[in-house]
Amino acid sequence: MAAIFQGVGAAATLSSSPSNSFVPKKFLTSPRRSFCVPSSVVVRSDGSVNFDLNSKSRRAQQLVANATKADSSAASSSSNPGHELLLFEALREGLEEEMERDPCVCVMGEDVGHYGGSYKVTKDLAKKFGDLRVLDTPIAENSFTGMGIGAAMTGLRPVVEGMNMGFLLLAFNQISNNCGMLHYTSGGQFTIPIVIRGPGGVGRQLGAEHSQRLESYFQSIPGIQMVACSTPYNAKGLMKAAIRSENPVILFEHVLLYNLKERIPDEDYICNLEEAEMVRPGEHVTILTYSRMRYHVMQAAKTLVNKGYDPEVIDIRSLKPFDLYTIGNSVKKTHRVLIVEECMRTGGIGASLTAAITENFNDYLDAPIMCLSSQDVPTPYAGTLEEWTVVQPAQIVTAVEQLCQ
Amino acid sequence: MALSYLRSSSSRSANLLRPLSSAASLRRPISTDTTPITIETSVPFTSHQCEAPSRSVETNPSELLTFFRDMALMRRMEIAADSLYKAKLIRGFCHLYDGQEAVAVGMEAAITKKDCIITAYRDHCTFVGRGGTLLEVFAELMGRQAGCSKGKGGSMHFYKKDSNFYGGHGIVGAQVPLGCGLAFAQKYSKDESVTFALYGDGAANQGQLFEALNISALWDLPAILVCENNHYGMGTAEWRAAKSPAYYKRGDYVPGLKVDGMDALAVKQACKFAKEHALKNGPIILEMDTYRYHGHSMSDPGSTYRTRDEISGVRQERDPIERVRKLILSHDLATEKELKDIEKEVRKEVDDAIAQAKESPMPEPSELFSNVYAKGLGAESFGADRKELRATLA
Repeated sequence: MAAIFQGVGAAATLSSSPSNSFVPKKFLTSPRRSFCVPSSVVVRSDGSVNFDLNSKSRRAQQLVANATKADSSAASSSSNPGHELLLFEALREGLEEEMERDPCVCVMGEDVGHYGGSYKVTKDLAKKFGDLRVLDTPIAENSFTGMGIGAAMTGLRPVVEGMNMGFLLLAFNQISNNCGMLHYTSGGQFTIPIVIRGPGGVGRQLGAEHSQRLESYFQSIPGIQMVACSTPYNAKGLMKAAIRSENPVILFEHVLLYNLKERIPDEDYICNLEEAEMVRPGEHVTILTYSRMRYHVMQAAKTLVNKGYDPEVIDIRSLKPFDLYTIGNSVKKTHRVLIVEECMRTGGIGASLTAAITENFNDYLDAPIMCLSSQDVPTPYAGTLEEWTVVQPAQIVTAVEQLCQ
Repeated sequence: MALSYLRSSSSRSANLLRPLSSAASLRRPISTDTTPITIETSVPFTSHQCEAPSRSVETNPSELLTFFRDMALMRRMEIAADSLYKAKLIRGFCHLYDGQEAVAVGMEAAITKKDCIITAYRDHCTFVGRGGTLLEVFAELMGRQAGCSKGKGGSMHFYKKDSNFYGGHGIVGAQVPLGCGLAFAQKYSKDESVTFALYGDGAANQGQLFEALNISALWDLPAILVCENNHYGMGTAEWRAAKSPAYYKRGDYVPGLKVDGMDALAVKQACKFAKEHALKNGPIILEMDTYRYHGHSMSDPGSTYRTRDEISGVRQERDPIERVRKLILSHDLATEKELKDIEKEVRKEVDDAIAQAKESPMPEPSELFSNVYAKGLGAESFGADRKELRATLA
């Protein structure tokens, strides 16, 4: 099977076309669809990939030419390979392909089966794979997450869906103590190849309890990996990688990103779980972000470019562990860091990232790290208040200007 | 003429009304007429570990008219909320209660405002039943200052402290331990009141319910757990989510009662019975067999997991407002026209409230940070609020 692996730190130059349609023009210069596996890649038998962290070989991978024409995505499909779909469809595709590939993969969650999923990620999967592989659970998060972990201990690969990430707070004990710690406390006897996924983040006036950012609460749990998808491409790639991983992975999706459209490759591919994505290389400042804030950052980047700045935008994707390699190299280049996140200021991903960068790369910093986060308040229902809770592009522009003085 | 009405009436009343002449003279004024009438509920109660209450419910014309008016108001309010949602004035999640009005209305008739009610997110009508105004409802739904939570809560977070309505909760099941806590406080303060903790058939499978029930039974708390069984937990039918859909029996050692939740009088009788029971013997479970016409929320069409025939069938056979209307007409308590006038009045009330709510402004920016902590406690030290915690170095 010719598997295409995501090129490390693939440089994707975002063109200056209007991004209202949220169609990142990634495939203009992306080298990721090379059919030859670079020599520095180690492919394990279980499908996981290790990249040789030698910067020279990384450059070599980036320069591998791809065979596609540099065409705009508006061109006809005959000249533009791959297929266009929405983010939730990409997630479904990834899930479906993994379920076909491995009979141990099953899905459990509320209304995932016959209803098709509240965000349609599991639509029609129950019809295809049956009720035993796509399980409609009662509303009992603590129990069915625990059951998923138990099943994973024996070798099954469940994908547990929290209808909204906030509901998984009911399963916190299971996720922390059993999912995260069992591999350690059993001395390595049990692995928990579970994927816990679901939409979180601040939506459109969903109210306080349905707008939570659980990545801040889960980030301390030892033994789990956390990733956040932001485009259809990385959504499918991360879903597949998460399912294939032997470690428990929590995949954070965002309620407002499900309808993003993008053209993704037809071939089988996965995205490296521990890797950050270079969205826009630059020179003046490193902007670290993930999930929905990526789009606010890119919107601010357009304004910044017009004002003469050259921001480097990195979608960190891997929330635990951080890809300090990519981040560190970027800090080394630009010497200024701005973190833009949706978590609350206290105890969020940004807070941990600030600490990590300060500890490791303090010598490279010319200015203190700035972190833009949501306000430390329960998300209000009123639309105007909700907008002020979350970081807006104008604030990002101001922050960069301040940072680059 | 009254007798012929009674014979053909579908209400099967045990006691006949007095002859027409006095009935006619008692007809005006209806709103204060408290002549007792006894009406039989549509179906008998089924009980678990207790004696079912009698099927004969004591009521009076005034109460029946109030039922009609209140349920018509609630129905109109929910339909109006539906239109507002489609006009994008209400956003996010909006869970409508139409079809289930009898539960809210019947419960209020049996209890006082000292008794507590707590429910999940399908709370608009329960809030109104507790005395909330339409303006507060619509303003909150549209996120305005005049809303009951100042626009900061939204559809799923309605509260009314002065009439002991404790919400309004987004994560289902979590309100039941809260409710048992309210009951604990009531027992603690010995104020002879009870708590009704409402939840749905979907939330009935939450573990925390059984934990709270065990503790309530152990400590003899005046907690009444009410399962509003509308047979669907979003898209999942009750038989696909629960091994035993007899929710009134799931308390095991806790007694239970199954009630026709579309019959406001049956609900009233059951709640009255439950209150007496809870004050003497501790917790009891009520299962209200009810139905929602809308989907789970405004983002759910409600037709992918059930047939339209089923919905219209229930609407024809069991609609709570129609049942009370028939009762009123058959007992000659009001004319068809008077009832229609009430409905028109109610419609106008709802429209006026919406217009007024639209006038209410959006919350001020400073409201983003208010009510995170309770302030002004008189202590010298700064609170935990990051914004206030500042250190000035010498």
